[in-house]
Amino acid sequence: MSVTKLSELSWRKEAPASEKKESSEQADYMIETYAGQLKRKFFKHKMAVWGCTTTLLLLIVGLLAPWLAPYQPNEVTAAFSAPPSLTNWLGTDQVGRDVLSRLLYGMRISLLIGILTVVMYVLFGSFIGMLAGYFGGWLDMLLMRMTDIFLSFPYMLVVLVIVSVLGADIFTIMFVLALFKWPTIALLVRSSVMSIKQTDYVRASITLGYSTSRILCIHILPNAAAPIIVNATFGIAGTILSEAGLSFLGMGIKSPQASLGNMLHDAQSLTVLTEQPWLWVPAGFVILLIVLSFNFVGDGLRDALDANA
Amino acid sequence: MGKLLEVERLQIAFRTDQGDVISVDEVSFDIKAGETVAIVGESGCGKSVTSLSLIGLLGKRGYVRQGESRFNGFSLTKASSAELRKLRGNEISMIFQDSMTSLNPVIPIGEQLEEPIRLHLHLSRQQAKAVALDMLRKVGIPRPEVISKEYPQTLSGGMRQRVMIAIALVCKPKLLIADEPTTALDVTIQAQIVQLMKQLQASDGTSILLVTHDLGVVAEMADKVVVMYAGQVVETADVFTLFRAPQHPYTQGLMRSIPHLNRDSSKRMDAIAGTVPSLQHMPTGCRYHPRCPHAVGRCREQRPALQNVGNEHLVRCWLPSESVPPTVKDSLAGHISGGAV
Repeated sequence: MSVTKLSELSWRKEAPASEKKESSEQADYMIETYAGQLKRKFFKHKMAVWGCTTTLLLLIVGLLAPWLAPYQPNEVTAAFSAPPSLTNWLGTDQVGRDVLSRLLYGMRISLLIGILTVVMYVLFGSFIGMLAGYFGGWLDMLLMRMTDIFLSFPYMLVVLVIVSVLGADIFTIMFVLALFKWPTIALLVRSSVMSIKQTDYVRASITLGYSTSRILCIHILPNAAAPIIVNATFGIAGTILSEAGLSFLGMGIKSPQASLGNMLHDAQSLTVLTEQPWLWVPAGFVILLIVLSFNFVGDGLRDALDANA
Repeated sequence: MGKLLEVERLQIAFRTDQGDVISVDEVSFDIKAGETVAIVGESGCGKSVTSLSLIGLLGKRGYVRQGESRFNGFSLTKASSAELRKLRGNEISMIFQDSMTSLNPVIPIGEQLEEPIRLHLHLSRQQAKAVALDMLRKVGIPRPEVISKEYPQTLSGGMRQRVMIAIALVCKPKLLIADEPTTALDVTIQAQIVQLMKQLQASDGTSILLVTHDLGVVAEMADKVVVMYAGQVVETADVFTLFRAPQHPYTQGLMRSIPHLNRDSSKRMDAIAGTVPSLQHMPTGCRYHPRCPHAVGRCREQRPALQNVGNEHLVRCWLPSESVPPTVKDSLAGHISGGAV
């Protein structure tokens, strides 16, 4: 039984390769490029394709918000808390601002925070992780104790304290969110670098007279990229959630500037919750959509970049 | 011919929790320009450590405790890491044993070859590309324009070793350190790689320090052989003398243990009894005496020094100065007539 299964499996795996061989006419053999292989594995993952499409759509909508939104986000357009109508597709909030317009602008802010924060902490975390992993010794010791300290804080509590001290500026929020996420990346990069620096190609790079920074950036980092990319993708979803949580608690982006979190914050009262669903359902749904699609992209990337999958 | 590399009484130690462990002791040899010197010995005899020390790759724990190695009169042992970096790849380069892992898997081989060219020869991207393609053609890579865009994992082991050799030799270094360059390859490819290295050496006048345990490759390539045992040089001679008349019992044992086609198959193969002593428990006297069939009382107590037995033939053994037992000479004579290595 298991034997037939095995043979079936190997036959199935070979089938697409042979199709490809026939389709390429000019070469007598076909070597699948690394990028091609990634693309094939990624697109085999249906949810990843869905996530990727949605993510792109969301990004485009976020970028084009000023042109797509029917009104200015802070403009009072109609009656207070008006239900959805032809002029205000998703209704208006308690002060009469158009919910759809605020939603689009809010999405833009949330995506911006998500992406910029991740870029910030991935860069910093990778840098720290590379130093610790490559040089080892006392530097590794020092940097790793530092990450341990950051990892042992009760995250949300410290974020709330810092935001209340420094003020809920958008950059402060990004900084604070990044402050507690870089240690994960640093640990990840450190362990990758520690194994990569033992390889013969890194030793060969040393014997070719390359400088340490060159070896780190050109020869080691790209080999550690796969887990970083996957972690960053999940990180964007996580950061957007964290920002929404902060804003919901009233410590994030401040009104009148729209963000997905503070739109939910506006819907804290029981009357809104039960009788005016247009005030919180769309914002909640968009958060769900963003987080899900980024996570699916992350899943797809993880499977595509995993050589053993 | 001047001496390109001089290694003088090198002692290399590794720091461990139990204190320093001396891995290589009293190693001296030199390489002249255009010459190939082979270091041979069993696993763990210190041959790789010796070669790595030359290029400063001993790692954090290893260091040169005594002695010195000089490259063109310049001390490699005392050089700063910046000075060493300038030499590496440009004047001294190295190829490793495992061609499967010695190339970076995320960079196309063409770019990996262009990198040292641009760095050391300061050529433009365009020029470097031309030099790289030329070098690939020289090491026998077919269709270099196509292959240079491939990633290492799409090439066979032999092709990768050719690419490694191309990278190591593209800046025309004066010294190539080849650490078991053919061990990971199968025999037909081995012959091709040896041929290629000899051919490139002839055209560029590169000196080669060959680290290997394959006496066949040694006979094929080397001009001079340094035999190491337990961290020490036990015998140095030119390749013909060494194969014709090895003086040290260890070298004799190595020679006897080479399998031959016309060997009497009803007899067991010759092997050296026992194993290499561990670094922490070195025997007193001659380090080889527990395994030596000719050991006498003196061998257990006094450490022999390298002594010249004629024509730059150095042996670390008490026996040549006394009288070599006739049995050794007989068995060797039979071996030499038995077949070439």
